[in-house]
Amino acid sequence: MSNPQAVIWADKLSKHFGEFVAVNQISFSVQKGEIFGFLGANGAGKTTAMRMLCGLLLPTSGSAAIAGYDVYTQTEQIKQNIGYMSQRFSLYEDLTVAENIRFFGGIYGLPDKQLKLKTDELLHTLQLHTEAKTLVSALPLGWKQKLAFSVAILHEPAIVFLDEPTGGVDPITRRQFWDLIYAAAQQGITLFVTTHYMDEAEYCNRICMLVDGEIKALDTPANLKKQHQAQTMDDVFYHLARTAKRTAD
Amino acid sequence: MKRFFAFVRKEFHHVFRDPKTMLLLFGVPVAQILLFGFALTNEIKNAHIIITDNAQDIASKQIAAKLAANTNFITHQKQLNPQQIEETFRQGKVKLVVIFPPNFNHDLLHLQKAQVQIIADASDPNTANTLTTYATAIIMDYQKQLWQNTNLPLSIHTDMRMIYNPELKGITNFVPGVMALVLMLICVLMTSVSIVREKELGTMEVLLVSPFNAVLVVISKAVPYFFLSLVNLTVILLLSVLVMGMPVAGSWVLLYAISALFILTALSLGLLISNVTNSQQTAMLISLMGMLLPTLIFTGFMFPIENMPLPLQVMSNIFPSKWYYIIVKNVMIKGLGFTAIWKETLILLTATLLLMTISIAKFKTRLA
Repeated sequence: MSNPQAVIWADKLSKHFGEFVAVNQISFSVQKGEIFGFLGANGAGKTTAMRMLCGLLLPTSGSAAIAGYDVYTQTEQIKQNIGYMSQRFSLYEDLTVAENIRFFGGIYGLPDKQLKLKTDELLHTLQLHTEAKTLVSALPLGWKQKLAFSVAILHEPAIVFLDEPTGGVDPITRRQFWDLIYAAAQQGITLFVTTHYMDEAEYCNRICMLVDGEIKALDTPANLKKQHQAQTMDDVFYHLARTAKRTAD
Repeated sequence: MKRFFAFVRKEFHHVFRDPKTMLLLFGVPVAQILLFGFALTNEIKNAHIIITDNAQDIASKQIAAKLAANTNFITHQKQLNPQQIEETFRQGKVKLVVIFPPNFNHDLLHLQKAQVQIIADASDPNTANTLTTYATAIIMDYQKQLWQNTNLPLSIHTDMRMIYNPELKGITNFVPGVMALVLMLICVLMTSVSIVREKELGTMEVLLVSPFNAVLVVISKAVPYFFLSLVNLTVILLLSVLVMGMPVAGSWVLLYAISALFILTALSLGLLISNVTNSQQTAMLISLMGMLLPTLIFTGFMFPIENMPLPLQVMSNIFPSKWYYIIVKNVMIKGLGFTAIWKETLILLTATLLLMTISIAKFKTRLA
């Protein structure tokens, strides 16, 4: 199963919480520079799967490697190579924009000079120059999300994990957010994104449909639509998710 | 190290941006010290007193027997010279010394006037006051009996001396107590909320995914509160010196060094609570109910520990504030040096290392 080209690969990866099987024997691999979408209803096991890959949760069984490092034993090396944006907003609301950037740059050990350069670049890209001294709590949600993403890739990780990064923001902001994701992919960063917005699925290179903790489909959006004779990803999702027994949490 | 400072800077921002935190940090100590202006009186039982009987005659022995029969006292007969008396008090166990001069009975019968000296350790003014009142009452009672038996106006004069705190200022008692209480409250409460808040907000996930060392996450949380608590300590001491007119008898350096140690003890405890709980409310409840109340009761400044049933006396030993309170009284009021407090210091040091080790060990580097 080992694939030297893959930056993420999982083989029969499972997570049980007591009797409950949150993720059931999932296997897949992601290539460098790919935008890999992880789709599923609420409670399908997307977040659990992602947390196992980041080293936040210990898998119950199966194996997985991130950038060639084992998720059981080499979590410290994995941490050096990944960025992470959690489902819940992951910046400090009581720090200013600049302070947040400085803090996260600091804990990843960026040198002062590089940090300053990166900060300017980031503020410029996001057009947040005037807001550098604003508390993050005062920013609109869409800006916060864009800022959180930019901070997650500040240390130029090989892989970024995004857990429902666009939850609750308007379509225009979501579109802008995906522009940032494309820009990152262009730099060679691999993106692993979970979402339940089907229009976003179209933006991914390949997508993986998760239903009740199991992979029901894995292919490019175009191929999936062809296979299921569907017009949109929405239709593909309804077709697959009909079999779900779990209720959303 | 640079990463560590990035973290510490962020923690300072958290503290200074939260008005509630600032109010609790600086409002509570000031309010406490100003409100505790009155002292509490309590009956004291089984206080250890020493009787130095230089007369060894009938009258002195009868009085000594009456003192020994009283349930408030446990008496010990010992011939002490003034220097030995001082040393006895420093050890802290003996609260009162009653001294009969030579020829006590002779003076009483022939001069119709005799003297008894009572020396009390007034670093705890409530206890000193109550004990001397008890002792004087017993001696006066004896004098009344003599009048009835002899029909002579024989008088026994009691000469009282309060050492360490001659003016019996109640504040001497409560300043060390408030110091222990406030430092405990602030440090435990503040830090107990700090880690668990990141768990609640979800930022902990991001920290766990970063290569930042878990041990440093724990330690950097404690840094701002450590410095702010030292500022707090200074405020309390300045208030007690300038407003309450209570001097610091011993070494300021020693007082600060020991207080810094105690602050670390309290911070470690707060971090431990924060590490094992999952919500800010639980953490707060544990710190308030589990720590504040016992600290109030078992430190010894409100309720004398000597009066408690034995199991509770034993229990009081596990509260670090008790040891800190003893140290502060010794240094601040009695003006004693390190040799007098090394045992208590060692206890605090051990407690700190233990709590710190446990809380670092308990820190979860994964979510579940």
